[in-house]
Amino acid sequence: MNKNKWIGERTIRPDGADKVTGRASFAADTTMPGMIWGSVLRSPHPHASIVNIDITKAASLPGVKAIVTAKDIVDFPFDTPAPLGIQDMRWMTRNVMAREKALFHGHPVAAVAATSEEIAAEACKLIEVNYEVLPWVIELEEAIKPNAPILHNILEFDGKPSNIAGTLEHKKGDIELGFQEADTIIERSFTTRPVHQGYIEPHACLVSVTADGKATIWSSSQGQFMVRAMTSMLTGIPQSDIRAIPAEIGGGFGGKTIIYLEPIATVLAQKSGHPVKMVMSREDVMRATGPTSGSMSKVKIGAKKDGTIVSVQGTFYLQAGCLPGSPIRGAAGCAFAPYDIPNVHSLGYDVVSNRSKVAAYRAPGAPIGAFAVESVLDEIAEEIGMDPLALRLKNAAREGTKAAHGPVYPRMGYAETLEAAIEHPHNKVALGNLQGRGVASGFWFNAGGESSAQVNVTEDGNVVVTTGHPDVGGSRASIANITAELLGIDYQRVSVLIGDTATIGYSNLTGGSRVLFASGMAVTDSTEKVIKSLRERAAIIWDIDPDAVTWEEGEARPAGANAGMFEPLSLEDIADRATETGGPIGAGAQLNTAGAEGGFATHICDVEVDIELGIVRILRYTSFQDVGRAVHPSYVEGQMQGGVAQGIGWALNEEYIYNKDGIVDNPGFLDYRMPVCSDLPMLDTVMIEIPNPKHPQGVRGVGEVPLVPPLAAIRNAIYNALGIRFYSLPMSPPVVLEALDISQAAE
Amino acid sequence: MTNIQYLAPTTLDEAVSLYAAAAGSARILAGGTDLLVQLRSGMINPGIIIDIKKIKELNSIEQKADGSFVVGASVSGTQLAKHSSFGKTWPGVLEALNLIGSTQVQGRASLGGNLCNGSPAGDSIPALIAAEATVNIQGPNGSRQLAVKDVLSGPGSTNLSQDEIAVNFIFPTRQLGSGDAYLRMIPRTEMDIAVVGCGVNLTLENNICTSATVGLGAVAPVVLEVEAAAEALVGNKIEEETLERAAEACRAVCNPIDDKRGTIAYRTKVAGVLMKRAATIASQRAEGA
Repeated sequence: MNKNKWIGERTIRPDGADKVTGRASFAADTTMPGMIWGSVLRSPHPHASIVNIDITKAASLPGVKAIVTAKDIVDFPFDTPAPLGIQDMRWMTRNVMAREKALFHGHPVAAVAATSEEIAAEACKLIEVNYEVLPWVIELEEAIKPNAPILHNILEFDGKPSNIAGTLEHKKGDIELGFQEADTIIERSFTTRPVHQGYIEPHACLVSVTADGKATIWSSSQGQFMVRAMTSMLTGIPQSDIRAIPAEIGGGFGGKTIIYLEPIATVLAQKSGHPVKMVMSREDVMRATGPTSGSMSKVKIGAKKDGTIVSVQGTFYLQAGCLPGSPIRGAAGCAFAPYDIPNVHSLGYDVVSNRSKVAAYRAPGAPIGAFAVESVLDEIAEEIGMDPLALRLKNAAREGTKAAHGPVYPRMGYAETLEAAIEHPHNKVALGNLQGRGVASGFWFNAGGESSAQVNVTEDGNVVVTTGHPDVGGSRASIANITAELLGIDYQRVSVLIGDTATIGYSNLTGGSRVLFASGMAVTDSTEKVIKSLRERAAIIWDIDPDAVTWEEGEARPAGANAGMFEPLSLEDIADRATETGGPIGAGAQLNTAGAEGGFATHICDVEVDIELGIVRILRYTSFQDVGRAVHPSYVEGQMQGGVAQGIGWALNEEYIYNKDGIVDNPGFLDYRMPVCSDLPMLDTVMIEIPNPKHPQGVRGVGEVPLVPPLAAIRNAIYNALGIRFYSLPMSPPVVLEALDISQAAE
Repeated sequence: MTNIQYLAPTTLDEAVSLYAAAAGSARILAGGTDLLVQLRSGMINPGIIIDIKKIKELNSIEQKADGSFVVGASVSGTQLAKHSSFGKTWPGVLEALNLIGSTQVQGRASLGGNLCNGSPAGDSIPALIAAEATVNIQGPNGSRQLAVKDVLSGPGSTNLSQDEIAVNFIFPTRQLGSGDAYLRMIPRTEMDIAVVGCGVNLTLENNICTSATVGLGAVAPVVLEVEAAAEALVGNKIEEETLERAAEACRAVCNPIDDKRGTIAYRTKVAGVLMKRAATIASQRAEGA
C-alpha cells in the first residue's frame, strides 16, 4: 500500500457532533406512547432463602400493571451447564432475579411495572417477601475458610461443599527444578479490592412487546446480539422475535457485557401490554452491577544473578461475587505472559461470596495478576541490583516465545515498549524529595471472533457502512478511516452506522479489545468485494475484461495501454450507471476472525507523597504500548489514557466499604472515590506501531492492556519515594499514613 | 407519591410566616445543593419547599462603613467571589465556601445552606467560626443573633427552632495585620467531602500573634472552636514550636468517628497537620495585609 491517506489520520468522529450537542440518544432517552415504568424490589439481606413472595397488596395498588418474580423468568437448573459465550445462563438467570435465595444486599427479588416510577416503587414496598435470613460472608479471606457460610451447596471443592467454584491452571516446565537454578527467590502475598467499572451511564432499557409476541429492546450495552441472546434464553422468546436496538453507550468498560434489566422489562411488557422502561439509579448500579474481583495472590519468582528469570509460581484467588465466574483466566493467564520463562506454574481460584456478581472490567483479571508479578519483579531488580526496565527487557517475550497460557507469539513489540521507555526523557528526569518513579508492564490476550459488516454504495456515489458493534471507543471513526483508505475516497463520503439485530448479521460483543480488529476485517472484506464489483461495472461500461480494470485513487482505470484508452470512472460515475450494469452496489461479510494476538505495554509513573497526610499524587505518567497500527491515533491514545486513569483510581482510592450488616456503605461516586480530572496530570502516551501480521491493516487490540500495568507501576513508585512497599490496595491516605507511622516507629 | 408545594416568597416576613405555618413540614431551599440530594435519596420528604433566593436581605452583600460585612444567607459562592472586597478581607471564608462541589454547585451553594444543613463536615463552618461570624436569625417572634460556633447542636441538627430562618452573616471589622485560611483533607483534589477541615483566623503585630480563632470540622459531632489551639498561638511567633503546641490542642479535642470517610486515628493526626498549614497561610496573609 502506498502512503496512507486516511489510516492514521485524526479524523472527526462521526458521532461527535451529536455527543457534544446533547443530541445523541442514550438508553434512558428513549420513550414511547403508552410507556409505563418498571421498578425492582431488591433484597435487604446479604444472604437469605426466599420462602414466599406475596404480591397481592402490590397488585391491588392503583396504577400497577404487572409484577414479575423469578417464576416468570426461565430457569436453568443448577446441575446442567448452560454456557453462552463466557457466561453461564444458570448464573445469569439467578443474577437477574433471585431464585432460591437472595445472594447479596440489593439482589433483585421482584419487579413491578406501573403507570409512574413512584407507583412502581411504592408497589415494590407492598410486596411481602418471607425471608429466612442466612449467615453471610463478604470477604474473600473469610469465604475460603473451612467453616464459612456456603452459598451454593452444589459447588464442591476437594469433595466438600465449598465457596471455591472452580480453578484454572497453566503449567510449563518444572518450577521446582527451576527454582533450584535461581540465585534469588522472592515470594510475596498481595490483596486487591473489588472495583467498579464506573461508567457514567447507569443501565437502562425500554422494551415493547407487540400483541403477537414480538419484542423490541432499546438498551445500552456492549452487544445488541448478547442482549438478544440472553433475553431470549431468559424469556423463552425466539431470537427471531426479538429486535435489540443499541443506544449510544455512556461507558461500559466490560460492565455492559451482561444484562440486568432487559429480560425483566420484557416480561413486564409482555404481561402488561405496555412498553416498559427501566432505569437504574447510581445506587442500584453500585450495589448490584459489576464490579471486578477483589483478590488474594501469592507470587514467587526465582532469578539468576544476571537477571535471568528461571522459575515463577503464582496463585490467584479471585472474588466472583455471589455466582461463579471470576476472571481467573485473565489473572493466571496474563500474569507472566510478557516474559520468556522456562518454568511457570500459574493457578487461579474462583471464589463466591455474598456480594454482587462480578462483570468484566477492562482486561478482566489481568491487572490483578500483574500487580503481584510486577511488584515482585521490582523487588528482584532491587535485590540483584539491576534496573527494573533492563530486567524486564532481559526476560522479554519475543517472536517465537511460547507462553505458558498456550500460544507461540508472532512478531510483536513488547521489547520495543521497554526500549522506548528506557530511552524516553521521562525515564531520565531527576526526581525531588519524596518523589519516586516506578515501572511495570502488562499483557492482555485480545480477541477476534464473529463480526459482520455491510458496505453499500449510495446512488449518488457515497458509501454507507453498517457494523454490528456498539461504539465505545471511536470505532465508527476508525472504520470510516479504513473504508475511505481502501476505496480511495474522502473520509467525509463514508457514513458508519451501527446496525441492530434485525439489520446486520451476528456480531459478538464489544469487548476483548476486538472491535476494530474483527469489524475492520469484515469491513475490509466487504469493501474489497465492492471494489471488485466496481471494477466489473467499469469493465461492462468499457466492454473490456474486468481483469483489465484497476481501482486506484477512488476511480476505475484501464489497467494499462493494452486495456484500451478510457477516461477513468469515478465512484459517482459508476454509481450513476449502476442500474444498467447490474443493479445496486454493495457487499457484506460475516466472519469468524482469528489472529487477534496479544497486546503489550510498559508504563512509567512518577509520584509525590504528602507524608503528613498520606496523599499520593501522580506527577507524571507515560505509557508505552505496541498498538499494532493506530488507525485513528486519537482514539488509541484515548484508550491508553483511559486505562491509566482507571488504574490510578484502583491503586489509590477505590474500594467498596461494607458495614457490619453486609451492606455497601458507599454506593455512589461521592464516597466511592474514582479519580476526578484534577487528580491526574496529562497522561502521556507513546504509541509503538508493530503491525499485527495477521490483520489486513495490522490492527492489534488496544483498549484493555492500558489498565494492566498501573497498579504495580504506582506501587513501585511509592516504594521509590518512601522506601515502603505496599502489598494491598488501595494505597489510600489513611493506609499510607499508617504505614509511614509504622516505618517511623521502626526507625 | 407525595406532592411537594414549592413556594418562593419575596419578603422575609412572608417567608417566616409560611415557614412557621408549615409547622415542621417545610424545608428551606437556599442553593438546594444538599436539599435536592436528600430529596432524591429519600432521606427527607417535605410537604413544602420554601425558596429563599428571591428575598433581598438573604441574597445581598453589604460592606459597612466600619469595614464589617453583612452577607445574605443564600448568597452563592460565585456571587461572593465576584464581590470586589470580600475575598480580599476574608480569603479563608471565601476559599472554604468555594471548595464545596463543582463550579456548577458553587453557583448555587451558600453559607446559610452549608451552616443550616448542620453537617460537622460542612466546609464553610470552620472558616466562619474562625472569622467569629455571627448569624442573624428571624422567627415569628422576632430576630436574634447567634455566634456561628453556637449554631450546630449535633450531626445534621442546629439550634435554630423549626420556625426560624437564617437571614445573614455578620463578619466583624478587620484589624490591620489579620489573615485567615481554610484547608481541608480530601482523598481527591476536588468534588469530595472533608475528612477534616480547619479554619484559622489570626492577627499579627510585629510578628507576634495577638489574637487567633481556630475552627475544626469533621472531627466531632459538631464543628468545634478550639480555644486551646488559639491560646497556643496568641503571644507567640507563628513558628514550628508554636504550631506544634496548637496542633496538639487540635488533636486533643478530636472526638471523631470511624466511618467510610476516615478513621479516628487518621482524622486526629490530620487535624494537627491542617491546623499548622492553615495557620501558616493565615499568618502569611496577615503579614501581607
